[in-house]
Amino acid sequence: MKFARLVWANLRRNKRRTILTTLSVAVALFLFATLRSVLTTLAGAAEVGSETRLITTNTISIVFPLPQSYYERLRAMEGVEAVSWANWFGGVYRDPQDFFASFAVDSDTYWPIYPEIEVPPEQLRAYMGERTAAIVGPELMKRYGWKVGDRVSLRGTIYPGDWPFTIRGVYRATTKYIDEASFMFHWDYLYEKSDRQADVGWYILQLSDPALAPAVAKRIDDTFRNSSASTETATERAFQASFITMWGNVGFFLNAIGLAVFFAILLVAANTMMMAARERTTEHAVLKALGYGDRLLFGIVMAEAAIVTLLGGLIGVLAARLLFSAATPFDSWMPGFSVTWPTIGLGLAIALVIGLMAGLIPALQAARLPVVQALRRVA
Amino acid sequence: MALVEVRGLTKTYQRDAQVIPVLENLDLDIEKGEFMALMGPSGSGKSTLLNLLAGLDHPTSGSIRVEGQEVSGMSSRQLATWRSRHVGFIFQRYNLLPVLTAFQNVELPLLLTSLSKKERRDHVHTSLNVVGLADRVDHYPRQLSGGQEQRVGIARAIVSDPTLILADEPTGDLDAVAGDEILTLLERLNSEFGKTIVMVTHDPRAADRSHRIMHLEKGVLTR
Ligand SMILES: Nc1ncnc2c1ncn2[C@@H]1O[C@H](COP(=O)(O)OP(=O)(O)OP(=O)(O)O)[C@@H](O)[C@H]1O
Ligand SMILES: [Mg+2]
Repeated sequence: MKFARLVWANLRRNKRRTILTTLSVAVALFLFATLRSVLTTLAGAAEVGSETRLITTNTISIVFPLPQSYYERLRAMEGVEAVSWANWFGGVYRDPQDFFASFAVDSDTYWPIYPEIEVPPEQLRAYMGERTAAIVGPELMKRYGWKVGDRVSLRGTIYPGDWPFTIRGVYRATTKYIDEASFMFHWDYLYEKSDRQADVGWYILQLSDPALAPAVAKRIDDTFRNSSASTETATERAFQASFITMWGNVGFFLNAIGLAVFFAILLVAANTMMMAARERTTEHAVLKALGYGDRLLFGIVMAEAAIVTLLGGLIGVLAARLLFSAATPFDSWMPGFSVTWPTIGLGLAIALVIGLMAGLIPALQAARLPVVQALRRVA
Repeated sequence: MALVEVRGLTKTYQRDAQVIPVLENLDLDIEKGEFMALMGPSGSGKSTLLNLLAGLDHPTSGSIRVEGQEVSGMSSRQLATWRSRHVGFIFQRYNLLPVLTAFQNVELPLLLTSLSKKERRDHVHTSLNVVGLADRVDHYPRQLSGGQEQRVGIARAIVSDPTLILADEPTGDLDAVAGDEILTLLERLNSEFGKTIVMVTHDPRAADRSHRIMHLEKGVLTR
């Protein structure tokens, strides 16, 4: 610890260089924390999907419908407590760029299956009694300045035309991974106004026991194998995860960017450390002449490198944490987005590794420096 | 028994296939409390001999004993520890660390000891007092004159109370007046504090301040 002042004095020797290196590490680690959090948030969303709910979709793809007649047959399955269904609407409000999720749900069965989506009872009552009523997430209400009772009109992308709605309720998600920017309305309305073009997009099944999930899913898919529309059934968690496998390549992509940033910053840091150490060859030789051992000198150079990158890393990850914990537009783009403590820990570990790798060569050079030759060069 | 006993000391450098003999079968005794000057033409091996005495380099053959302890056979690691306890080195170019104050520069050798912070501070102040720089403790090297820098260098060399003080042309970069002050200081360290000093110099007037002058020429020592 008594050598800390020596390390500190060396860091202050060229303040601008130290600050620039620290900041470049900070920027890199900020980027890392952000990219990493995209992945952890996606993974987190997949994990909170319920294990006691099954989702049944058309084998071909979720955009292909399923017959309504399946409802009764699904209800009759052993182990299935309740069934509901929904369909993707894909409506646009004013600006098509300003995307949000909109879908039709079977109102009698949907809300009981999703206790995590809370709607005040009087609002739900009002909604139930009105054909064009909608229930909207608080995020969306805020984004467009809507109030309960407002009439809004969405343009259909799948089912053409203008679709008038009246907002009758605002839901609240009790887990942070449920999107708070969704727009939901009666499936009956969709069915009737689309001239019975709209069918069931997916069925949601409530199981009595999550342990039954694999058996029930298999029984369902076997039952419909040779029907007009064959099915694919999985737990909601697996279903969410399959959505995310569409993001799978995104994960690879993000990791690749992260790796590139890592090496770029490693080169920056290593270059700085080498420059710093080369300038000090004589000083290192003098310290050795005074009796400073090879290991001690190695440690001093290493400490300097590690302090710079750790400090930069700390600034970067904490900045990301603070920025994304404040309410940002990012939140509606990806619900539950936040920089977790494990990500911060990992970021700091990476910063430390960068520091140790960047410091290794100059530290070895300092340790192996032949004193007499180094002193001769200047003396 | 002399404080330093050099026996059959040989140092050769190898450059490619060529072997360059610098010191050949050299014998030398240095008594405790002696102030010795080492003279000789450039390239005669004065610095090489001083570096060997300081344990900065390994001899090709022969032995160096300091206080009866064989130095020539030590590993690099043992040598580093030995240097920190027994050798105070004074450089021609002062070689202070520019980022540290006079105080911190002088403290450097003490960081290797187990002294407490307060003990270290007392030692540093004593050393800076001896060299007459008590009022310059917080100055950085760039704020000091060459002569003052060298005095900080001397304070650094004596702060751990080493067995031997070795100086390689300590006045080489200084004008006559500043050089004279340094020589007076070295004389005092020798007479007042009983320090054993070996000083390499080109300047006969500087050499005259010592007790004994040795000449090194073509690898051989003469009086
Ligand atoms: N690493 C080395 N490789 C080869 N030769 C060397 C090496 N170091 C020193 N020498 C040679 O050893 C000889 C003695 O060098 P040294 O520095 O000891 O001389 P010196 O008496 O101190 O000279 P000066 O008065 O110029 O300082 C020189 O001829 C020098 O070229
Ligand atoms: Mg020399």
